[in-house]
Amino acid sequence: MVSFIFSRLMQAIATMLVVTLIAFVLFRYVGDPVNQMVGIETSLEQRETLREQLGLNDSMSVQYLRFVVRALHLDFGVSYQQKEAVSAMIAQRLPATLELTLVSVIFAIGFGVPLGVLSGLHPRSLASRAFMVLSLIGVSLPTFLIGILLIFVFSVQLGWLPSFGRGETVLIGGWSTGFLTSSGLQSLILPSITLGLFQMTLIMRLVRSEIMEVLPTDYIKFARARGLSDRVIHFGHALRNTMIPVITVTGLQIGSIIAFSIITETVFQWPGMGLLFLQAVQNVDIPVMAAYLMLIAFLFVTINLAVDLLYVTVDPRIRLAGTPA
Amino acid sequence: MTDLLSVSDLTIDISTRRGELRAIDGVSFGIGRGEVLGVVGESGAGKSMLGNAVIGLLPARARIAGGQVWLDGDRIDALPRADLQHLRGARIGMIFQDPQTSLNPLYRIGDQITQTIRTHRPMSQTEALDEARRLLTEVGISASSERLAAYPHQFSGGMRQRVVIALALAGNPELVIADEPTTALDVSVQAQIIKLLKRLCQERGVAVMLITHDMGVIAETADRVCVLYAGRVAEIGAVDDVLARPRHPYTQGLMAANPTLTGPLDDGLRQIPGSMPTIAARPKGCAFHPRCSEALALCRDRRPPLITAQKVECSCFLYHQDSQALKAT
Amino acid sequence: MSEASADFWKRVADSDLLYSFRRSPGAIIAAVVTLGLGLAALLAPWIAPHDPFDPAGLSILDNFLPPAWEEGGDARFLLGTDDQGRDLLSAMLYGLRISLAVGFASVILAMIVGVWLGLIAGYVGGFADVIIMRVADVQMTFPAILIALLLAGIFRGTAGPGSSDSATMMLLIISISLSFWVQYARTVRGSVLVQASKEYVEAARLIGVSSIGIMVRHILPNVLAPVLVIATINLALAIIIEATLSFLGVGVPSGRPSLGTLIRIGNDYLFSGEWWITLFPGVLLGVLALSVNLFGDWLRDALNPKLA
Repeated sequence: MVSFIFSRLMQAIATMLVVTLIAFVLFRYVGDPVNQMVGIETSLEQRETLREQLGLNDSMSVQYLRFVVRALHLDFGVSYQQKEAVSAMIAQRLPATLELTLVSVIFAIGFGVPLGVLSGLHPRSLASRAFMVLSLIGVSLPTFLIGILLIFVFSVQLGWLPSFGRGETVLIGGWSTGFLTSSGLQSLILPSITLGLFQMTLIMRLVRSEIMEVLPTDYIKFARARGLSDRVIHFGHALRNTMIPVITVTGLQIGSIIAFSIITETVFQWPGMGLLFLQAVQNVDIPVMAAYLMLIAFLFVTINLAVDLLYVTVDPRIRLAGTPA
Repeated sequence: MTDLLSVSDLTIDISTRRGELRAIDGVSFGIGRGEVLGVVGESGAGKSMLGNAVIGLLPARARIAGGQVWLDGDRIDALPRADLQHLRGARIGMIFQDPQTSLNPLYRIGDQITQTIRTHRPMSQTEALDEARRLLTEVGISASSERLAAYPHQFSGGMRQRVVIALALAGNPELVIADEPTTALDVSVQAQIIKLLKRLCQERGVAVMLITHDMGVIAETADRVCVLYAGRVAEIGAVDDVLARPRHPYTQGLMAANPTLTGPLDDGLRQIPGSMPTIAARPKGCAFHPRCSEALALCRDRRPPLITAQKVECSCFLYHQDSQALKAT
Repeated sequence: MSEASADFWKRVADSDLLYSFRRSPGAIIAAVVTLGLGLAALLAPWIAPHDPFDPAGLSILDNFLPPAWEEGGDARFLLGTDDQGRDLLSAMLYGLRISLAVGFASVILAMIVGVWLGLIAGYVGGFADVIIMRVADVQMTFPAILIALLLAGIFRGTAGPGSSDSATMMLLIISISLSFWVQYARTVRGSVLVQASKEYVEAARLIGVSSIGIMVRHILPNVLAPVLVIATINLALAIIIEATLSFLGVGVPSGRPSLGTLIRIGNDYLFSGEWWITLFPGVLLGVLALSVNLFGDWLRDALNPKLA
């Protein structure tokens, strides 16, 4: 088991190294950092001094090493556009994105798992078929379109819910939260449905197919032959055995949700990291792009690692044998 | 004497893309208390389907189209779901072929046993644990706490099948259906498991429906044998009678193909020519006639009824009283 | 190749493809709608009532006209007009054309790149295999849309704002296709590894058939079914990604609006009551993505290939 965790940890570090390398190349070679920082009237000598100061004349390996060390200290440079420290910009936007992500994940799991179990147990029922059709529509429609449709119905036509922004937020120790005001909570509803819908349908379809795959297995048949109740079989034996793939996919989806928040945040003008990144892409603000890339990669890798560890606790075959089956 | 289990004229249909197909076609048999009935036949003959039908675990595509199943005076072929749950485990236990897949890989052995015990008997967790220990000892596994806390993958195939037997007996059933209980095991363990099953059932007075394709296992274990061919009973009777003098040409063929029963090998192993028809392509008349060396003209058109021919019941026109007369026509 | 393609069609028949097609109304509807939309896109210049990109035909006085059946609608503009007075129906037909063109181009490019990289990884093995599969692993960790968005951003950074429309379009297609190649490469590599160990490939090698010959004759036919399925499913995804990028303003150049661009334009007017500029292109995009997806879903179930 230790070797399993160790190899996963090594993989995670390797991935992070690749990503930082990409971010470094991006940072260093897409556009000239000096040109971005100074005005047109700056003389060539001044530029050269600045270049020397920034260490841009050092060897590549030294520059890359410095880049990684700085990133480890959360120093991602200064935004070309805003002339502000990138880390400060991200820190300010982080709570909005994380809160939106959290609510979306809860929505996706809270609806996806029960609906999946129900439609897996009764695949021929009318309700299951209806859910499957709806989920196919949910998977097929682009996220931004779902957001627009929700805004059109619930904000424009019915006027029930706000269509943009976070509403009122409360600042707690540097963390601005929308959980404590009613306008903040209301503002969360449409964006988190938009963001979580795809994942919800994904989880639902996955749980459904896993349940349908587990039900005809011998151990479920044997459990039935022993007279165990349907409740114990369905929610104990069957659901538990479907949890491994569900945990994996859900875990990996959290990363996707954070990435997809770029779109949702744009549609709902949600002041989070995604919106920041999109503005950076539009303005070719390389330091922000590079920082966002590394941050997202870090989140992905951490989540993957956490999923692997969860695996280990759920599946005794890995926990005790050391290698996944 | 009334039988513990009595199956009469049971018919099972399977719905497929090509329409309804008959998997089990008018099968009747009985099992007495404490008796071991061997059900033998090639794969596809409907043996497992029969076992599943008795315990009410037919696959969704299959349904009982006719006939009745009675267990100790209660009709059990059309029970509502809730009653079926009380029947399974408590009155009928079942053992499946593959111990690798019969046990839930994510549950501890002890939990799987106590869960089953407590489903059928009013016991506290501690009492159930004691009972689980006792059961494990009975099936020949040292009942240490370590064993109870183990997961299935930590046990060998033979040990797992012992656990499966313990689970099947956990609810004190009157009848155990054992569906090819040794097929998936190493040859070296097969005999042990069969002996264990036989001994336990004898001690507890439990009747056994032993489904197998192995005539050797039948010879060693069963009191009576029921030979199935293409979803119908070919021959049924006491093991000694059937083995001493098989009536049905199919039974004769099965016996001739088994080295442990034919004695010295120089006698030669003979195989039945051809293969059993699939469920979709069963011939008219006697299903065995295309492979039968003694087939009569009427075997092609008419289905032979089950008749008693010297203590053994057999469905073959060769033993009809007026078969000679029929032959002449 | 005829022997190989015969093998493929035999497999198609074995999988009861036609039988299941005739039996699933969803697949039929999806196929018909997809074909219909494809045809409409192809014929856009001939069937569109107006040329939305001809400045001479535009009149700013015609802007924000509602659909013809609404109050204030104009019979010349069936689905109304946008902010610049363009006929929405015509703009949608041309937008559909661009959406489908970008989608197809990205999928084909990804297919070519992915299949070849997969063949190389599986057949050459060694260092090439390690590098290709390692990159694939890292890339698979991230969602396609993020990769496409990032690449689009980088290309914008390197190309600068002054680049031509067709260059922007090419870069967009490359961005989308680069996020797709992994699945083809993995599937093909897996199949190569299985096939390469078989005796007939060994025998072919012994009698001196060249490596490329072996790959083309023996391995490609085996991966045809899974590649086809991946391509269909990817087409829907490519259309969605293109629409999303265009909606975010980093997609197709503004001179050639796709459905996503139209929705982006319309979104600004959603609140002021001009709902049609957003909703009609939105519905068209939704129907397109849904029917391609449905068709791909059915194809996957029917062919049931082993996907990596």
